[in-house]
Amino acid sequence: MISVLRALDPLYNPGVHWAELVIAVIKVVVAFGVLLVSVMLMIWFERKVISDMQARVGPNRAGPFGILQTMADGVKLFFKEDLLPERADRFVFKLAPYLSLVPAFVSFAIVPIGGVVTVAHHTFELQVADPPIGILLLLAMSSISVYGVMLAGWSSGSKYPLLGSVRASAQMISYEAALGMTVIMVVLLGGTLSTRGIVDSQAHTFFASWNLIRTGIVPFLLFMIAITAEMNRPPFDLVEAEQELVGGFHTEYSSIRFAMFFLAEFMNTITMSAVIVTLFLGGPDGPRFHFVTWLWPVLWFLGKTLIFLFAYVWLRAALPRLRYDQLMDLGWKVLIPLSLGWVLVVAAVLVGRWWGVAVILALVAAAGLLMRAVRVGSTRRAQMEEVVG
Amino acid sequence: MSVPGGWYLALAAILFSVGAVGLLVRRNVLVMFMCIELMLNAANLTLVTFSRMLDDIGGQALVFFVLVVAAAEVVVGLGLVVAIFRRRENATADDLHILKG
Amino acid sequence: MLASATAVDSAVFVFGAMIILGGAFGVVLSRNPVHAALMLVATLFGVAVLFIEQQANFLAAVQVIVYAGAIVVLFLFVIMFLGVDRLENLAEEPLPAQRPLAAAMAVLGLAGLVALGVEGRWSVGAHQVVGAARGQSGGDVEALGRAVFTTYLFPFEATAALLVIAVVGAVVLARRPSGRMPGPSEAGGEPAGAQPSPLPVGEGEDSSSGGPGELEVEEVAR
Repeated sequence: MISVLRALDPLYNPGVHWAELVIAVIKVVVAFGVLLVSVMLMIWFERKVISDMQARVGPNRAGPFGILQTMADGVKLFFKEDLLPERADRFVFKLAPYLSLVPAFVSFAIVPIGGVVTVAHHTFELQVADPPIGILLLLAMSSISVYGVMLAGWSSGSKYPLLGSVRASAQMISYEAALGMTVIMVVLLGGTLSTRGIVDSQAHTFFASWNLIRTGIVPFLLFMIAITAEMNRPPFDLVEAEQELVGGFHTEYSSIRFAMFFLAEFMNTITMSAVIVTLFLGGPDGPRFHFVTWLWPVLWFLGKTLIFLFAYVWLRAALPRLRYDQLMDLGWKVLIPLSLGWVLVVAAVLVGRWWGVAVILALVAAAGLLMRAVRVGSTRRAQMEEVVG
Repeated sequence: MSVPGGWYLALAAILFSVGAVGLLVRRNVLVMFMCIELMLNAANLTLVTFSRMLDDIGGQALVFFVLVVAAAEVVVGLGLVVAIFRRRENATADDLHILKG
Repeated sequence: MLASATAVDSAVFVFGAMIILGGAFGVVLSRNPVHAALMLVATLFGVAVLFIEQQANFLAAVQVIVYAGAIVVLFLFVIMFLGVDRLENLAEEPLPAQRPLAAAMAVLGLAGLVALGVEGRWSVGAHQVVGAARGQSGGDVEALGRAVFTTYLFPFEATAALLVIAVVGAVVLARRPSGRMPGPSEAGGEPAGAQPSPLPVGEGEDSSSGGPGELEVEEVAR
């Protein structure tokens, strides 16, 4: 068997049992398939829920409850003409959709979906990969996902897409800092970067030992806001603001490439909901019963993820879009200072309770002084401007 | 058994040379900057390779600091580029003779 | 070639080396700055792959986050912001001697480096100064963290100061001189410019000018 494999594949490493390779391949294929199917359902879900909230019916023709609507749209897009703008940078224009699609999938690979399963004497985790740098991979991928939007806008060779992509890059980088800070808190508490380790560290008691409670609710909210901005979902969808930028970065895209951007957006929504569940809600943690033991964690995971998917749709239906300066103010003046301060508090509390109290007091005092300084500065400035005219 | 360190060092040397040629040949300030990044990366690769060869984490720590310094350098450098471009339409490295007093 | 390494390791090395060198030549040869930046990203990824191959997992991740995610995005941002994404004419060369001279110097430098690598006997054998890179219980992340926060604590703090200085420098360089007369920043651009902001900080953080500088620091600080 091994000699055959070696003849077939010079890369084959004799230290690994072939079954593990097969399992790895199956995991990748299954995860990809599940993600694609869930994107299909997610688009339908979003349209249905939004139309319910707006007292409309929504898609109801294709399939029962219109569940095949996405499929129909996909087929339609697939057969449309694939336009390539005259002034586009051809190579980059074709590359950009893939660049936004790949990170969305790769970040899903580190999410633990369930517990440990044993099939035919081979024990494996329900998770595509558990690299030692785990959560850093998520940060890396979210910083890579800027490229898709940015290059799409630039390569279109047209004004509005370029504006959209410049907005996108500034927005995504601004919020990445806050994102990193909140992840730091989770890593501090878990003492590990691996996502499996983070999930395990939350699994002592139901709910009370989740990072949601252990870090105090604030980091969770910060993370949620930052990740929404990172995905360019409403209310942070300035990148594709219809009223201002026509269609934003994908104005010039059509057919299958356009579909890929949408696929990436919804895939990101699902992946990031799963990541939130992993980081703050204990992942697949929850009460389990004695029959079909492997199934319960998966169900818990799915349930929690579904809550966040619904929350995103809700946010989209309920909140108006932010203005650009509001967006930047929120990112730089609220999220980053708050998350920085909270990191200090979490670290101090980990060292000792009194340290925690001391750091909180110091932070409050520092914030007060800073506000006072800003106020004094602004009044002085106003006086100066009066004098100068 | 991993690839011997000598191969990595040779690769880093070539990368460094390519970056150096780019820096000497190109005139666009931004591209020159990118070539500096290439050279820094070659140095990083060397450091990590030595860190593995000597089994000493110090090399990796140094790479960490190189990353920080590179970031700071790019921030200030791009700030300069933006400031120059605000005064001149098309800035190549040759145009910097305006800095003469 | 590479007889003592396993097939997988050599394949990864060759693959990474091809990406790195392809990207490097791309940076030097492409006529469009945006393409050059993309090629730079390819090189950075190749270097990250070789970091992982040498068990420097943490550095590989940081390499992607800081370099690919922040520095090159900053490059692209500046390119798009200034609108300098035109094709350059590389055939035109004001100084005729420059290219041959550069090539000669590069060959000389490469020869020097290779000679140093071949002759130098000082670079082999395990003699640790700071701590082992391999065989740690917590992997390279823990070893690196220990080194940075103990042996290299002072340089670490110094880099923090460096970053703050860099931010201030970038803001000073990039911000438009806030004059008495309504400059171009107020005339066109963002809706915030219309009403005068009461806070002095507001202008420095005007997404286009102050932004990039601060982005970097936050990126690296974590």
